[in-house]
Amino acid sequence: MAEHAPSSGHDRLMIGQSAIGIYIAHAMLILGVIVIAFPIYYTFVASTHSLQTILRPPLPMVPGPEFFNNYYEALFGGVGRIGGVAVSTLLFNTTIVALGIAIGKILISIISAYAIVFFRFPFRMVFFWLIFITLMLPVEVRILPTYKVMVDLGLIDTYAGLIVPLIASATATLLFRQFFLTIPGELVEAARVDGAGPFRFFKDILLPLSATNIAALFVILFIYGWTQYLWPLLVTNDNQMNTIVIALRKMVSFADADTEWHLVMVTAVLAILPPILVVVLMQRWFVRGLVDSEK
Amino acid sequence: MTPRVVFPNKVLPYLLVAPQLAIVLVFFYWPAGQALYQSMLKEDPFGLRTQFVWFANFAKVLSDPNYINSLKVTAVFSFSTAAVSMCVALLLAVMADKVVRARGIYRTLLIWPYAVAPAIAGMLWLFLFNPSIGSLAYLLRQMGVAWDPLLKGDQAMVLVVMAAAWKQISYNFLFFVAGLQAIPKTLIEAAAIDGAGETKRFWTIVFPLLAPTTFFLLVVNTVYAFFDTFGIIHAVTGGGPGKATETLVYKVYNDGFVNLILGDSAAQSVILMVIVIALTAVQFRYVERKVHYG
Repeated sequence: MAEHAPSSGHDRLMIGQSAIGIYIAHAMLILGVIVIAFPIYYTFVASTHSLQTILRPPLPMVPGPEFFNNYYEALFGGVGRIGGVAVSTLLFNTTIVALGIAIGKILISIISAYAIVFFRFPFRMVFFWLIFITLMLPVEVRILPTYKVMVDLGLIDTYAGLIVPLIASATATLLFRQFFLTIPGELVEAARVDGAGPFRFFKDILLPLSATNIAALFVILFIYGWTQYLWPLLVTNDNQMNTIVIALRKMVSFADADTEWHLVMVTAVLAILPPILVVVLMQRWFVRGLVDSEK
Repeated sequence: MTPRVVFPNKVLPYLLVAPQLAIVLVFFYWPAGQALYQSMLKEDPFGLRTQFVWFANFAKVLSDPNYINSLKVTAVFSFSTAAVSMCVALLLAVMADKVVRARGIYRTLLIWPYAVAPAIAGMLWLFLFNPSIGSLAYLLRQMGVAWDPLLKGDQAMVLVVMAAAWKQISYNFLFFVAGLQAIPKTLIEAAAIDGAGETKRFWTIVFPLLAPTTFFLLVVNTVYAFFDTFGIIHAVTGGGPGKATETLVYKVYNDGFVNLILGDSAAQSVILMVIVIALTAVQFRYVERKVHYG
């Protein structure tokens, strides 16, 4: 975005632009930001009020006095809240799953793309297509048989069961293949002349060159892993193995007067904060990863 | 394109593709094959008797009024979600393209819903619009609207569309901003010098040049509305009230996993598979074109 910005950082009128138009643009953007950010802000505000205040709408639009009480109760007092599982356990599970999926996908994609681009072997393209076609087989279209495989392999309620079936990645493999194809043959030749074998070349040349791609993919995949819903819902029965998203769903009952909304709101804030921080703090990589992984 | 220089190893490449291959075979191809096979079997819920019935399950599913309803629901839901999120995103992107000051701040504040899980997005919106405790539901009632998405099907649809569209705006916004930046500013300035007003410039120059981006986003948004919104439906409405928000994916899950009608569920899975293949094919054809246009 920066390339068009004049160094002063002020709005500069192009031909045909009016000052009023710019003000209207700012006004609409501010309105847009308010609408977009409102549900998140509202959740945060609700997490700082007592249950009684939440149950009597409308809720005040400024944070209330219960911030420390609510967060303390949810984080440390909360055994028995969500089927007896502490929020810290849920956050731990979700972190393991998100990191496992992100790292796992990158790892197996980068090595299979490496094999497909830098080696010649029988069935090379068959393997490539086998990986590519999985794009067309999302978990939603094979729910039951995949569940049966999980049961047969004893993977229900395990971290492996939550992670491994999701780490095959056609997109990441394609992306690395695309990138590897741009690496000049001379570089490989030079490395070989200098006596570098395939491991050495991978570690000392390919990995450093791929660093930006890896970072960009990592951000996207971490969010992908963190926000999984259908898969954890299928493969976890034990509340101890729930991810925070699933647990939150189980806590909420709109028909039930006993739902402890102030704690639900704290859990919701804790569930959305880590991926939001990743997106905002690693914004550059995030935007790049998003655009790249859709090519 | 392909580097001519390669490593001569014979065994190593197989070891490198093995992990990914093992996963796709065990967790993708085997279950997908099973879904195809089961879609032609008739089985009682206890798995005691099975019978091969060719395409009978498909005939049954496609003539089932509930399935037709689910098709309609999915069409309405997907179209509305794509339309709402793309229109809002385009408007915001056009505005963001005009301003220079605070542009980065606007972008940062507009992209965070992307990081919110669909199910949680649904719950946040339901919390806002819940008839008994939601503040916005309270406001609506103050304005005299009989608001109860838990009982009224069309209101439930509005609620899930809002939640689904809200989450997707960030994504569309980023792509529209990129698309707008690719349009040469000189083109727009030339039109301005020729006396074309702002609205006219948008519809005759900017919008047509954005067509590739718009089409691409349309496909992506449809895929999103079809598949990634399961969490929203499951967490907010559970397909109800009275099947008013039962999308195709939710129905596959519900029939197979909850009601244990295996043959039907498998046949529905296969139909979904055909839809994904069609959408993916469209997407890739388009991407090829984009490369040519450079």
